[in-house]
Amino acid sequence: MIYPDSKTILEVRGLCASVEGTPILKNMNFTIKSGEIHAIMGQNGSGKSTFSKVLAGHPDYEITSGSILFEGKNLLELAPEERARAGLFLAFQYPIEIPGVNNSQFLRLMYNTVQSNRGKEELDPLEFDDFVRDKMKLLEMREDFLDRSVNGGFSGGEKKRNEILQMAMLEPSLAILDETDSGLDIDALRIVAQGVNQLANKDNAIVMVTHYQRLLNYIVPDYVHVMVDGRIIKSGGKELALELEQRGYHWVSDELKVAA
Amino acid sequence: MSAALQNIINQPYKHGFVSDIESDVAAKGLDESTIRMISAKRNEPEWLLDFRLKSYAAWLKMTEPTWQNAHYPKIDFQAISYYSAPKQKPKLKSMDEVDPELLRTFEKLGVPLHERMALAGVAVDVIFDSVSVATTYKAKLAEVGVIFCSFSEAVKDHPELIQKYLGTVIPSSDNFYAALNSAVFTDGSFCFIPKGVKCPMDLSTYFRINTEESGQFERTLIVAEEGASVSYLEGCTAPAFSSNQLHAAVVELVALDNADIKYSTVQNWYAGDENGVGGIYNFVTKRGLAKGINSRISWTQVETGSAITWKYPSVVLQGDNSIGEFYSVALTNHYQQADTGTKMIHIGKNTRSTIVSKGISAGKSNNSYRGLVKIAPSAAGARNYSQCDSMLIGSESGAHTFPYIDVRNNTAKVEHEASTSKIGEDQMFYFAQRGIDAEAAVSMIINGFCKDVFQQLPLEFAVEATNLLSFKLEGSVG
Repeated sequence: MIYPDSKTILEVRGLCASVEGTPILKNMNFTIKSGEIHAIMGQNGSGKSTFSKVLAGHPDYEITSGSILFEGKNLLELAPEERARAGLFLAFQYPIEIPGVNNSQFLRLMYNTVQSNRGKEELDPLEFDDFVRDKMKLLEMREDFLDRSVNGGFSGGEKKRNEILQMAMLEPSLAILDETDSGLDIDALRIVAQGVNQLANKDNAIVMVTHYQRLLNYIVPDYVHVMVDGRIIKSGGKELALELEQRGYHWVSDELKVAA
Repeated sequence: MSAALQNIINQPYKHGFVSDIESDVAAKGLDESTIRMISAKRNEPEWLLDFRLKSYAAWLKMTEPTWQNAHYPKIDFQAISYYSAPKQKPKLKSMDEVDPELLRTFEKLGVPLHERMALAGVAVDVIFDSVSVATTYKAKLAEVGVIFCSFSEAVKDHPELIQKYLGTVIPSSDNFYAALNSAVFTDGSFCFIPKGVKCPMDLSTYFRINTEESGQFERTLIVAEEGASVSYLEGCTAPAFSSNQLHAAVVELVALDNADIKYSTVQNWYAGDENGVGGIYNFVTKRGLAKGINSRISWTQVETGSAITWKYPSVVLQGDNSIGEFYSVALTNHYQQADTGTKMIHIGKNTRSTIVSKGISAGKSNNSYRGLVKIAPSAAGARNYSQCDSMLIGSESGAHTFPYIDVRNNTAKVEHEASTSKIGEDQMFYFAQRGIDAEAAVSMIINGFCKDVFQQLPLEFAVEATNLLSFKLEGSVG
């Protein structure tokens, strides 16, 4: 939602990034304020997933120019774990499996590390168990989920729910959902979207990176941006997503060419 | 690899100090007179000198094994000193009489000899270079009939037991290094649990090599009579020298009917520096004889040290229904080379063995699992389950598996599972994105990987092993 007294959560200016010498992001500009939900849409290879990984500090990407301010701090000076502790959360497109590592222990280490860095109380195993089970209800997760290894043998839907569960636990000020809708059936999509909607409030901001309009029926964005070739070339309200769905991405690129 | 991670991996070996203790060191070289000298220094009986000389004669005819997956310059066995002992009065009645410098050494090593040990309820025998320094809790153990003492004391006080069992599991002609050990061994631990006794506390030995050009050749013998049981822990460290030291130990275990021996090792010999200079050559022969029916021998090892490890703790399953177990974590980093595994020799009926091996290779190291499962024609209904998992860290390390399976009885069941995984950048990024730094992430991944082995360790050892692994791996991922 757009609030009049909102503060800027993230401000990206002229960002260029490359991987192994190949430029992917080319003069990316993007701003999001507290309370807002933005959708970044684009075709495969448009750079939208790169953008989310760059925000989270993935070591494969080199920032060649530009700036990123996160709640007034220079994000580029922070290591990935510091960004996470500062309140930046990325729900991964492909959450990785970590065989042998117990999910509940992982979640507790995550939660307590972030909490202690924020100067808040850590939870002991029993308190944590109550806490995590409570959050699990929000995402209608099965009890045995905690005893399994991190993402080990999870279905696509379970992996994505696990991501949103972590978001619910960490309460980030900025959540980036990278293709969270991919690999989800209708029921899972509904549950995940419901979870995200309950987490959205006037103090945090959510960026959805997606291919399809489908997710946006469940999580309604305040703004929609279209990415082509490493930058945002068109922005609008939620109706832009519908227009894209009907007319295809070519329409935006063609429009751009005409303008040029 | 990120710089921060590089830094952590390059932390110095914390046990790499030399204790300033006067030692009585023999001149380098080995011939019959060296062996007579060792035997004389220790006032040994004639039968033991004979055992040594026969072993030496056997050793002379043997050739150094070269089949292991490890590369190193040829060892000059004449450039090693075969005896080094701290200079002091050998007879000690209590811990208070021990050279304080020696005690400080053990404090540095984190070996809590005094009250800390009492709290932990562990009896400790300490082998410093070649000589056993102190054995705690002797009296208390004697009350229940348990003998736990240095090997030399055992030769003096219990010669009948030593004569009965020495070399019965590992004959001196067994292999090159066992023969060498049998010829020149200096001390070690002896442990005897009489019939029906459950040893009331864990027994523990700490080994340390302190002299630059000395080898360490200790000998451990554990006998559990009918229905007896014991849990035995062994820890090893050595100072950092730029030369290589040879460690060729022999450990023999004998379990009679219904006896149970659990042997746990945390091996952290100096591994050499990050360029592969120095480090211990750890060429060890360990074997248990599950002689009686329903007996059980279980080896658990956490191998993190040594420049080269060559070690195959084995079980000969002779008694019907006997059980052999091998749980191993072997971690190599920098230029370390480990060729380790086990042999399970099934002879009795319905014998069962379990092998769980976890190899972790980082840096430019090479880590090999080598195991033999042999089912003799007599071993009807024998079963084996083996699981060998390797984890690679970085892109320059190697993991190898050499399983040998030899089945001569068609009622036997043998299963082998193997896997290889890698701590990848993506896993590390996932942890980082959740606020968890690289150190904590590696520690969590490794502990998860080694869980099946760690849960076999006695609690205080499990904690030590967990910390040791994290410490050794710090900075190797990125």
